[in-house]
Amino acid sequence: MTLDELELNREGVIIKIDSSPLKERLNDLGLVPGTKVKCTLISPLKDPKAYLIKGTQIAIRNQDAKTVQIFCEVGDSNGR
Amino acid sequence: MEDKTLILAGNPNVGKSSVFNYLTHSNQHTGNWTGKTVEVAKSSYKYQDTTYNVYDLPGTYSLNNHSKEEELATEFLKNTYHDVTLIVCDATSLERNLNLVFQILQITPKVIICLNLIDEAQRKGIVINIPRLSKLLHVPVIPTSAKKRFGFEKLKEAIANYKLDIPIRYQQEDINTLSTLIAHQTIIQTKSPDQFIDHKVDHILTHKFFGFLTMFALFILIFWLTITGANYPSEFLFDCFNKFTPHLTKFLTLIHLPLTLIDLLVNGIYKVLTWVLSVMAPPMAIFFPLFTLLEDIGYLPRFAFCLDYCFQKCQSCGKQALTMCMGLGCNAVGVTGCRIIDSKRERLIAILTNAFVPCNGRFPTIIALTSIFIIGLSRNSNIYSAIILTLIIAFAIFITMLVSKILSNTILKGEKSSFTIELPPYRLPSIRKILKESLITKTLKILYRAIICSIPAGIIIWLLLHITLNDTSLLLHLANFFNPFGHLLGLDGVIILAFILGFPANEIVMPIILMIYLSSNSLIDISNLANLKTILVDNGWTLLTCINFIILSLFHFPCATTILTIKKETNSWLWTILSVIIPLVVGIILCIFTRTLWLIF
Repeated sequence: MTLDELELNREGVIIKIDSSPLKERLNDLGLVPGTKVKCTLISPLKDPKAYLIKGTQIAIRNQDAKTVQIFCEVGDSNGR
Repeated sequence: MEDKTLILAGNPNVGKSSVFNYLTHSNQHTGNWTGKTVEVAKSSYKYQDTTYNVYDLPGTYSLNNHSKEEELATEFLKNTYHDVTLIVCDATSLERNLNLVFQILQITPKVIICLNLIDEAQRKGIVINIPRLSKLLHVPVIPTSAKKRFGFEKLKEAIANYKLDIPIRYQQEDINTLSTLIAHQTIIQTKSPDQFIDHKVDHILTHKFFGFLTMFALFILIFWLTITGANYPSEFLFDCFNKFTPHLTKFLTLIHLPLTLIDLLVNGIYKVLTWVLSVMAPPMAIFFPLFTLLEDIGYLPRFAFCLDYCFQKCQSCGKQALTMCMGLGCNAVGVTGCRIIDSKRERLIAILTNAFVPCNGRFPTIIALTSIFIIGLSRNSNIYSAIILTLIIAFAIFITMLVSKILSNTILKGEKSSFTIELPPYRLPSIRKILKESLITKTLKILYRAIICSIPAGIIIWLLLHITLNDTSLLLHLANFFNPFGHLLGLDGVIILAFILGFPANEIVMPIILMIYLSSNSLIDISNLANLKTILVDNGWTLLTCINFIILSLFHFPCATTILTIKKETNSWLWTILSVIIPLVVGIILCIFTRTLWLIF
């Protein structure tokens, strides 16, 4: 699945980031394969969402989050 | 006695400017959001007979040259001779910060790491093995806390005693892996991060319903405090200045100045100057600290987070919400702030629309007019004024978005680019710092500029009033000349003339209007709004005049300072001219529209 599909308070691990002009920018923000991400906030109009990445809360637009492939464990649906 | 050069670099919002301020005792603007510093600031300090020249670079996540600030930072690091680069890191998110550390180490090996926000890290249960970190990176690492003012003596000592260790060259590909490796070797999370309160607050501030509600409430609160707090000092200042007028005249007569000169000094310069001081200074002195408080707590990035969707729909950047907020203080500052926007297209949109949001210098007049014509002069009208001012600003924001959308579909076509913004943890602001910063650096600076502008404006108006042509003053000729155009907009020639003469600073538009209206009368006390109302109504003002005046004061040309800043930032006369034409066109269209409505009903 992709990062924008991550539900509120769920965690995932980044697998891959699609090549795009945005990739380096996301890398700089700490989004690299293997990093844990957690969706922490959804803005009032549903887009963008904020994710906790390496201890920092970062807002990313859904269209940009679509380029980030993540792995999310199934079953742990009650969040934290 | 020798000189050494020190460069401060680091990620955004890690407290570089605070470190800079503590090292050099300067007043660089700081705040709890990404992109505060957009220019290289320079200052110096002395330590053990050596003068250290310190350069504060804008914060960057990397040196990959995505944005203007990154380019600037890279160029600066490569081309400026320096003895030490001090990399300020956020101890609470060291792993990400290490990326930049390695990138800087690729350019220069002469590095000291300043591990800032160490107190916050401790509170979050993050323990960092500093000796190990230093050993692994082969550079000195000094923990500091700018807020608790801790670690700075050690830092100065380390900078003074700096000797180059073995320089290591890192490969670009290894950087991410290295950061993770070193982070795992040196950082221990002792307790799970307790972000409970932050999280609760965030949920309310970005809630789908309460998010916008709190946004409105916050603005109303700030304006209410500003209006209420400014009332009494404004009246008091007016009183004092008015009482002083006869003494001033007496004194000037006593030193045998010619009568005309006395009239010029008293009725020209002194009148405009005291209006600007008593009407502008108190609200500014209240608004700026309040706004800085909001900035320091960390609200602004949340504001951008909530509004980004709208900007996304306009094919512009959510960070435009931040530059808009800066524009509330001063549009010139807002225009410079547009550097935080990465894409050139979106940056231009933000620059061209920045003056749509009224700056501080335009508030007091808008407030006075709304309380006269819309709310009525009852007591306790402050809360209504605050609500209306908030609505006016919401309208200005709406127009900003509309024009942004039009621009990105016409002359500034292009792909919408990405938007990412850090939502920093809420931080308790230091009141002392806020007062010092907002009062000294902002209020005094802007007030000084308004005063400088009001002196020549006072002289020009006085001259226009007193030079006559065919028994009519030049001013009246000009006002008559603009009358047809003014009437077309539901205004009059005097108002149009005042906007043109108010070009150097928006603050002086209202005093110019009053001076012209009052030119036939002798001095009238304009300190209270009832008098102001009489003057305006006597000169044919109606509700329509008031509404259209407010519209035009929102949307006319930017003030001189802002225009110069736009020229500097865009480096193009074309964009500068457009920045004048676009708001003017919007203002004229809106005014004609409201006038037509008014005439129909």
